[in-house]
Amino acid sequence: MVYLTRKAEFSASHYYHNPDFTPEENRRIFGKCNNPNGHGHNYTLEVTVKGEVDPRSGFVVDLKQLKEVMHREVLDAMDHRFLNKEVPEFLTKIPTTENLAIAIWQRLDSKLKKAKLHRVRVYETQDLFVDFYGEGK
Amino acid sequence: MTLLSGPDSATGGEKLRTENRELTTVFIAHLTRRYRFSASHRLHSADMSADENQATYGKCNNPHGHGHNYTLEVTVSGPVDQKTGMVCNLVDLDGFVEREVLSRYHLENLNTLQEFTQLVPTTENLSIEIYEILQRGFQKAHLERVKLEETMMNSFEYTGAAEPKR
Repeated sequence: MVYLTRKAEFSASHYYHNPDFTPEENRRIFGKCNNPNGHGHNYTLEVTVKGEVDPRSGFVVDLKQLKEVMHREVLDAMDHRFLNKEVPEFLTKIPTTENLAIAIWQRLDSKLKKAKLHRVRVYETQDLFVDFYGEGK
Repeated sequence: MTLLSGPDSATGGEKLRTENRELTTVFIAHLTRRYRFSASHRLHSADMSADENQATYGKCNNPHGHGHNYTLEVTVSGPVDQKTGMVCNLVDLDGFVEREVLSRYHLENLNTLQEFTQLVPTTENLSIEIYEILQRGFQKAHLERVKLEETMMNSFEYTGAAEPKR
């Protein structure tokens, strides 16, 4: 089994707010991230797929295909966007790094043909990142 | 994952299934935070002769000690809380690490600390000490791993009894 990781970068804004909480609760739990005008990050995405090496091509996965899927499913939807307002998942979910990793996993998992998705890692900053390995894992 | 049973009729079935699936699926995420601290140490074992210490630890055996800028990575995991979207609140993790780890080790000589009076303050042992501090005291999420970078070239990981997740 060989693991292959492809990186991408995107920039987006977000804020944290749960309409079921009172304004005081929102401020206490989310702090400065509750500012409704939003704030932004340069995110780094690492997508790791795994598989056996194809004896004819020497590839685990066609990197071109992986790159295209990442661009179409993630970057086109999220780069230079206000996540809360422009990305459907975050109309109802809080765009934390945890939920971002889960949403990206769900967007990619069904679209990858030969390779099996192993891990989605999202860096919000160089000092904070989240790994997601799939539902229930 | 498990789906709750619901009407499977033409229009409502799929939507309800999707909603139920969201409610019952457990999404476990792993969150890693990086911190920095600087400290000095000297590697020297009382169980070894002077020659043995020199042969084992080389320049690190210098009696006056030397220092490093350490980078600490703490990984915790748990179900993502649907109300907050979080594994645990970063304020809690940062507060704990600041209080119990960084303020204990930052700008200290490790050899003068109680845990290293017998134990050689290698980065292996320091990783284990930090893991134990977190394991004992941090209750807001499951501790997965402590990684300690001594320099850009050397790093150490400790996961307790568990196999490290790649």
